[in-house]
Amino acid sequence: MEDHIIRVENLTKKFGSFTANDNLSFFVKKGEVFGFLGANGAGKTTAIRILCGLLQPTSGNIEVAGYNVSRQSNKVKKNIGYMSQKFSMYEDLTIKENFRFYGGIYGMSSRAIKEKTEYYLHKLGLEKEKNSVISSLPLGWKQKLAFSVAIMHDPKIIFLDEPTGGVDPIARRQFWEMIYEAAASGITVFVTTHYMDEAEYCQRVSIMVDGKIEALDTPEKLKEQFKVGSMENVFIKLARGQQ
Amino acid sequence: MKGFIIKEFYHIFRDVRTMVILFGMPVVQVLIFGFAISTEIKDAKIAILDYSRDNMSLELSNKIISSDYFILSEILEDENQIETVFKAGKIKEVIIFGDNFARNLQKEQNASIQIIADASDPNTANLLVNYTTGIIRNYMTEKMGKQSMPIEINTEYKMLFNPEIKSVFMFVPGIITILLMLVSAMMTSISIAREKELGTMEVLLVSPLKPIQIVVGKVIPYVVLSFVNAITILLLAFFVFGMPVQGSVILLLAESLLFIIMALALGVFISTVSNSQQTAMMISMFALMLPTILLSGFIFPIENMPEVLQWLCNLMPTKWFIIIVKDIMLKGVGLAHIWQETFIITGMTALFIGLSVRKFKIRLE
Repeated sequence: MEDHIIRVENLTKKFGSFTANDNLSFFVKKGEVFGFLGANGAGKTTAIRILCGLLQPTSGNIEVAGYNVSRQSNKVKKNIGYMSQKFSMYEDLTIKENFRFYGGIYGMSSRAIKEKTEYYLHKLGLEKEKNSVISSLPLGWKQKLAFSVAIMHDPKIIFLDEPTGGVDPIARRQFWEMIYEAAASGITVFVTTHYMDEAEYCQRVSIMVDGKIEALDTPEKLKEQFKVGSMENVFIKLARGQQ
Repeated sequence: MKGFIIKEFYHIFRDVRTMVILFGMPVVQVLIFGFAISTEIKDAKIAILDYSRDNMSLELSNKIISSDYFILSEILEDENQIETVFKAGKIKEVIIFGDNFARNLQKEQNASIQIIADASDPNTANLLVNYTTGIIRNYMTEKMGKQSMPIEINTEYKMLFNPEIKSVFMFVPGIITILLMLVSAMMTSISIAREKELGTMEVLLVSPLKPIQIVVGKVIPYVVLSFVNAITILLLAFFVFGMPVQGSVILLLAESLLFIIMALALGVFISTVSNSQQTAMMISMFALMLPTILLSGFIFPIENMPEVLQWLCNLMPTKWFIIIVKDIMLKGVGLAHIWQETFIITGMTALFIGLSVRKFKIRLE
């Protein structure tokens, strides 16, 4: 139990009469790359928002990084990073200014911010661009920068909400390399996606259909269980089964 | 917090549109209102139809024409022409002298003049008629004064606080109020709504920043800029239009600051109920600007409104601020005279801050 960095028990979230998350229970292990899959509208974003403390659950007990999300949301917030569906850097600020700002809101010291900025710019090979405004950069770069910004304060967990939407396959590949690197350095990665090939990169995946988790295991075991050759087919089988 | 404010300034200074609204508009508006809109009458075109053509009717005509207010544009021959000249549109007023003007006046002490004004613009028509009767009355006392008036009442009037009835004095307080309202409320609501639209607000909310820090961080740059704006407008009013500040400048600035904070709180509140920049702008424009202009007493006197509207006016923070600005600038009163208005605005500020903090939390849930 010690190494379960996210623990969700009987999470239910209702918006009026609509149940977005129906009695979810799962855990995520420390250092894991956990895929959180589902069709559009299946309730992924609602769940991720509850885990980040953006939304209050209707019922259920949720612990993230050892803290209760409902009662200790401030402690949770200090220990997580978040990259949203929408691209979340300021378009009219330069790369450097974005790093400065986001480092600042997590209470990092100026020196730490400077070091991290240099580290990531060097890693991404964007040293020359540090004073360009974000809006002038291609989308693939922006996404990698947004990821760097989201983990610059060394969170224990990083939540990625459809991080690779609209990016070309090569950039997506590079993006996943960054995710692996982060995981290797001990950061737990919680990622939602609807690209099924990306699901293969995850250590364990859960598949949500209509607010419920219908399957949860390693990609290999899921493929075995549903007797299909790819995650895509697992997903299609599950979604069909519902209808 | 510091980083937040710096970032907000970057947003403002890098966006041309924001800069134009923030700094271009106030200056342009003050100049336009100051120079172009004027309730004074100068060189209004009139026509005269004189059936007497005697020494006294001519003398009076000359008196009217030689005032600064009127220019004689046509001399009419008969009544049928009156309608034609009004329809042509250039002539605003026709003065008709009856038959035997001088004789009637001297013998029977009773002569008649008819004034016909183009009331398609009622304000102007009123003013013209007033000016004309004023001149006529003057002439009358001049002629008759020494003679046989049994009793005489001399009304003497004095326009206090704005002796020359300059319209600028009327507009500057209104403009300051409306611009501060617009800039503060609209700009903050839009800038917060923009963060929501772009998705950066989510990231801010996931961060350890408290909602109140986010709000204050967003608002402070606008407090500073609105304050600079208020000073700019006052300087313009002073140097370009010669508008005096009779009362304490410090009090005026302090009241302005209070009003700015009120408007910003309102802006934050608007942003909590709108999810896109478009909505924020629409709400600011229609729910805020129009009532602000129409119901603040800036253009239309509140005393003449139906009672229901007068009640609505009381809900407009702008009404109270205009009173404050006028009282300080023109009457030179101190806080003792405007504490009620100040108190009302303070109350509104507290209300909006309370509401938006509550709303902000609810959205967070």
